[in-house]
Amino acid sequence: MSKRRTVDITDQQLKAINDIIDKYKDMQGALIPTLHDVQEYFGYLPIEVQKIVSEGLGIPLAEIYGVVTFYTQFSTQPKGQYTVSVCLGTACYVKGSGKILEKFEEILGIKAGEVTDDGMFGIEACRCVGACGLAPVAMINGEVYGRLVQADVQGICDKYMNE
Amino acid sequence: MSMVNITIDGKPVQVPEGTTVLEAAKQVGIDIPTLCYLKGVNEIGACRMCLVEIKGAKALQAACVYPVAEGNEIYTASPVVKEARRINLELLLSNHKRECLTCVRNKNCELQTLAEELNITDLEFEGEKCDLPLDETSPSLVRDPQKCIACRRCVAACRNIQKIGVIDAVNRGFTTTISPAFGLGLGEVACVNCGQCLVACPVGAITEQSSIRQVWNAIADPDKVVLVQTAPAVRAAIGEEFGMPIGTAATKQMVGAMLGLGFDKVFDTDTAADLTILEEGTELLQRLQNGGKLPLITSCSPGWIKYCEHYYPDFLDNLSSCKSPHEMFGAVLKTYYAEKNNIDPSKIVTVSIMPCTAKKFEAKRPELGDKGLQDVDYVLTTRELAKMIREARIEFTKCEGEFESPFGPASGAGVIFGATGGVMEAALRTVADILTGQDLQDIEYHDVRGLQGIKEASVKVGDLEVKLAVAHGLGNASALLDKIRAGEAEYHFVEIMACPGGCVNGGGQPIQPARIRNWVNIPQLRGQALYEEDRNLPIRKSHKNPVIMKNLYEDWLGEPGSEQAHHLLHTTYTARDKF
Ligand code: SF4
Ligand code: SF4
Ligand code: SF4
Ligand code: FES
Repeated sequence: MSKRRTVDITDQQLKAINDIIDKYKDMQGALIPTLHDVQEYFGYLPIEVQKIVSEGLGIPLAEIYGVVTFYTQFSTQPKGQYTVSVCLGTACYVKGSGKILEKFEEILGIKAGEVTDDGMFGIEACRCVGACGLAPVAMINGEVYGRLVQADVQGICDKYMNE
Repeated sequence: MSMVNITIDGKPVQVPEGTTVLEAAKQVGIDIPTLCYLKGVNEIGACRMCLVEIKGAKALQAACVYPVAEGNEIYTASPVVKEARRINLELLLSNHKRECLTCVRNKNCELQTLAEELNITDLEFEGEKCDLPLDETSPSLVRDPQKCIACRRCVAACRNIQKIGVIDAVNRGFTTTISPAFGLGLGEVACVNCGQCLVACPVGAITEQSSIRQVWNAIADPDKVVLVQTAPAVRAAIGEEFGMPIGTAATKQMVGAMLGLGFDKVFDTDTAADLTILEEGTELLQRLQNGGKLPLITSCSPGWIKYCEHYYPDFLDNLSSCKSPHEMFGAVLKTYYAEKNNIDPSKIVTVSIMPCTAKKFEAKRPELGDKGLQDVDYVLTTRELAKMIREARIEFTKCEGEFESPFGPASGAGVIFGATGGVMEAALRTVADILTGQDLQDIEYHDVRGLQGIKEASVKVGDLEVKLAVAHGLGNASALLDKIRAGEAEYHFVEIMACPGGCVNGGGQPIQPARIRNWVNIPQLRGQALYEEDRNLPIRKSHKNPVIMKNLYEDWLGEPGSEQAHHLLHTTYTARDKF
């Protein structure tokens, strides 16, 4: 587990989250819609927020965390301004996208699933993006970079850092 | 309920509608392999080891969850079935950290047994292995994610039985692991160390933090006096480790074997249980007579104590301030016994053999010690003791020995501590005598015995109508506390044990595989062994135990509840975070 930033929840945020919980509390299968709305409100689901949901719905934290990590729609990290998605689908993987991912991780100093401290970059490993002809492929906020070699990565990062 | 007629492997059988294929097969003596299924605990059909063929059905079905219907023709050993099971098992094995020779579950592992039974001699493929590290953050338990087969039996034990849920399945698909939230360690979340997850685990993915090496070292050290005590429930189960039937009281063999290990003295925790009863009984009487906080709730089970601290801190004042029996004993050994025998207390090493993993955490509590010495230095589980006995190549079943004076023999009241309701019954035997001033002969309180989740009784002692409740398993405890909190029930005295069935079914006890546990009532058999031992003892009431009354109280502590007794035998509790 990497170092975790602690998140302060303001009273106003606490109230908003509790309002969402109250809305779903008495319904069957309340957890997923609650998490969905809370994420829409808060942007992501850090441990502090999951604890509030756990307390409010009376569902153990580990179970909530299990659900959050099961569904790709949920995230425990804030999104970066730029999200680097490196394809680890078979075609890309065979062509060395694992090495490309490592290079991004090395340059940005974070692991897949994390966001840089300044909130600028996040890295995600993703499944096939349908551009196998260009393997190995990475995408940054929807822009596709293909036939990558490790040496390309620094230049790509610089481009966004200087923007 | 209507009955249905089916055939299994050609054998006709009639069972109630809704019976699973697994149970129906069991009735005609057909043994279907299982792995994730734990009756009444985990019935989720996840591992697909129990696949069977049902004529007319499209796919193979999981016998552990498939309800039979009229006319089903079921085949449990056809070539397709065998092949499907074999592939499923090979998949599990291919990414399992296979190191049976050096695994704590070697020879008692359900995965290993299945590999042998399904005649797996070679794996055609090598899967990707999980590389998550050992979780050693807990003082009681160690988790090895690399050995976890994600059967979720532990998750179900923690969430459904204990109603705690600090571990769960995280991530999905191939990267699924079982873990506390946010990758935290068990020692970093509100786990109560009960070990019910451990005894549910079919493999070596959850084990105890072992202290075997430290205890061997202490025994080998000529400077140390190593004093060991065994809890009541240990004798009711340790025989299982040596092939004796479940429910055998192996007291003599156990004591004999322990003397063979080189401990300086082997004592019986039951003596301290008697001491606990005098202290706790006094506390109850005081609270009843002086309007103290009621109900008084027992404090012998450290899993329950930690649970109360995390999840029901508003009940902390209800807890008896008594230390648990082995902690009392530890304190007595390092003071009274040291003084009487002219031993420097810092040379004494106290070891407790317990049916419990939570006691390992308990022994490390800073408040359970005095003058820089912990009351208890090491806690070993029943399983660890068995391992030491095997390591020393002692023939357990041929051993004989008696607990040593000055602390033996204990009363029958001390013995039944190990079963749910036992502490309550032991306390009643003493409190009733005190209140009536008689030596009552009717001392078996059957209302508080047995395995019903919550037991309630109202007992007339003297002029007093005492209302009692007993809960075992933390799910039941939680239900009971909610009722008390809501004002829906009122009691004077409540006994709570963290483990279902009480200590006899604790997280430190011998692990019985699902194929036994699913069909045999283990807590009941082990509990019976204790009640039988109680019946055969000449002294069955704690306050009739001459050692306690004469040596400890008259010569040393004064009276139950005295200042000296409070200093050594009582403790305090701390509210803890819920997460
Ligand atoms: S868990 Fe079982 S199969 Fe795995 S190494 Fe241990 S004994 Fe062997
Ligand atoms: S020791 Fe008890 S509380 Fe802790 S994870 Fe296991 S079952 Fe849950
Ligand atoms: S730790 Fe044990 S019981 Fe829990 S899922 Fe893994 S193998 Fe199953
Ligand atoms: S699916 Fe039946 S035992 Fe696992």
